[in-house]
Amino acid sequence: MVPITHYLILSGILFAIGTAGVFLRRNVITLLLSVEVMLNAVNLSFVAFGRQFGTVDGQIITFFVMTVAAAEAAVGLAIVIALFRHRESLSPEAFTNLKW
Amino acid sequence: MLDFVFSLFRPPYNWWVAYAAIVGVIFMALQISAAVMVYFERKVSAWMQQRYGPTLVGPSGTLQPIADVVKLIFKEELRPKAADSLLFTLAPVISVATCLIAFAPVPFGGSTTFFGWLEEPVALQIADLDVGVLVVFAVASVGVYGIVLAGWASNSKYALLGGLRSSAQMISYELAYGMALATVVLLAGSMSFREIVDAQAGYFAYLVLPSINIPDVIPRWNVFAMFPFGLIAFLLFFTAGVAETNRAPFDFPEAEQELVAGYHTEYSSMRFAMFFMAEYINMVTVSAVAVNLFLGGWHFPFVPEGYGWIMFLVKLAALLFFYLWLRWTLPRVRYDQLMTLGWKILLPVATINLLAVAAGVIAFGL
Amino acid sequence: MAFDLIAFYVFAAITVLGALAVVGQRNPVYSVVAIVGSFCGLSGLYVLLEAPFVAVVQIIIYAGAILVLFLFTVMLLNATREDGAEWDRSHPYYRPGPTRIGGVLAVVLLGQLLWAMTHIADTGGIGEQQPAASSVRLLGRVLFTDYMFAFEVTSILIIAAMVGAVVLAGRKGN
Repeated sequence: MVPITHYLILSGILFAIGTAGVFLRRNVITLLLSVEVMLNAVNLSFVAFGRQFGTVDGQIITFFVMTVAAAEAAVGLAIVIALFRHRESLSPEAFTNLKW
Repeated sequence: MLDFVFSLFRPPYNWWVAYAAIVGVIFMALQISAAVMVYFERKVSAWMQQRYGPTLVGPSGTLQPIADVVKLIFKEELRPKAADSLLFTLAPVISVATCLIAFAPVPFGGSTTFFGWLEEPVALQIADLDVGVLVVFAVASVGVYGIVLAGWASNSKYALLGGLRSSAQMISYELAYGMALATVVLLAGSMSFREIVDAQAGYFAYLVLPSINIPDVIPRWNVFAMFPFGLIAFLLFFTAGVAETNRAPFDFPEAEQELVAGYHTEYSSMRFAMFFMAEYINMVTVSAVAVNLFLGGWHFPFVPEGYGWIMFLVKLAALLFFYLWLRWTLPRVRYDQLMTLGWKILLPVATINLLAVAAGVIAFGL
Repeated sequence: MAFDLIAFYVFAAITVLGALAVVGQRNPVYSVVAIVGSFCGLSGLYVLLEAPFVAVVQIIIYAGAILVLFLFTVMLLNATREDGAEWDRSHPYYRPGPTRIGGVLAVVLLGQLLWAMTHIADTGGIGEQQPAASSVRLLGRVLFTDYMFAFEVTSILIIAAMVGAVVLAGRKGN
């Protein structure tokens, strides 16, 4: 059997990759994708813990995280489209002004 | 060595041989079905338009699909210079792979011992999954990437427009498709294809309400369940299925008059053939799922279960003919009409239908 | 080696390589394709964890809906590479030095997480203590009883997000 630490370490690696993406990339869409990677890293540890304790709660929390991710993607991409109309750029540095 | 090979065909290992044979038959049959469907598409369209269709290759043109395949294999593989080479190659592979995987949880018959050859019967299915219905749905939803990436990677405006249209269309119709699936899951109380089909064996003792008893004439298929809600769910499922497979009258991603050939404009030779194959295999899969979920699968009045797979194929052929019939009868609807139909008609009707069936299940415990 | 350990390593490799490809190159289209592959690997891991419903829902929601939306946006904006616009280098946080510090921070975070996770008590293989709760029926029952309130709140969240997205993206440019 696979020890739970394996899943947790994998989850940690994924979360760190997502974090690195948020820090390193200069494209709003890739930033959002990195956030999705982080959310899924957390989901993996929820499901692993749920399996460890033999309950469905871990899986149910995963559904809520997925719904939040869907809502986040919808609003986030709408904001990206609205910003792109103004600046013709996807770099987060293009949107530092409070008002233009 | 030879002894080992022969020992595989005796119990207890012959079960695995039988299973491998079933997997191989499904794999080959799906691919051959594409060629057969092309032939019938031409013949049926010719019949509907009072033409002859293919006649030259083989007796009444039956060898035409082989000629087509040979032609496609020997054509030159073209790739636009500005195309994204990795995704351009990957896109047709995604299309074909997903539509082949999608058939995995779909059963096409009961179980068989091959006339007593096996000790334990083997199910006529690749994998009986607890969430089989959702697996088909999930794999089909990955299939959209093949089309979208083909459209983007070709670096051509027609292909891009076709890809964008198709992704919008498939996302829109997935909602109605999923709602229709949920209706069946409610009726059967299971997400496994085998359990759903087995729940459809026998006859309804009553129509509409438990108080009106009728003789054993109406088979217990989901399409007749809680009349008319089962029928509505079936029609919703099939309409959404036609849209999901990008067939006429919803064939926007490849609308010839507007987009040349849509997402596969820049494709030629075997890569084009893979898209073509994917379209026909998807038709077969959607029809097979519809037969299992709504038309009782391999159950048919007065037909013993051992011959059920024949009835399954008959029902499948009927639905596939219906697909061709639609294509050669109805004109393509306009794009805004397509979106209106998906969002303003199919989705609300599907939601209300689902609620009605849920209420019925609670009230009568069907 | 046990079958499930091999399967775990295969799926974990797919997931991690996909995630690396998401953040490791500059073309957003490739990022989306890579994240689809990564989530398919993750879905395989859910199957190993005896959560088939979550595995399928992962594919349906992420690959089938959310990431198609991302791909759609990338194609619509035709922004297929990171642009090195003039403001990119002007902000102090985006000079090469601070960027690398950000990368170092990610590595430190990884180190901390790994340290914390490897220092928990050894509980043996996952699932040896408790039988799996993988039935869809049980899942639905718990979701619509114990988590009823959260479920309803989620529906409000989705409505809000839907309205927000329509208002934001549907506004005509001024």
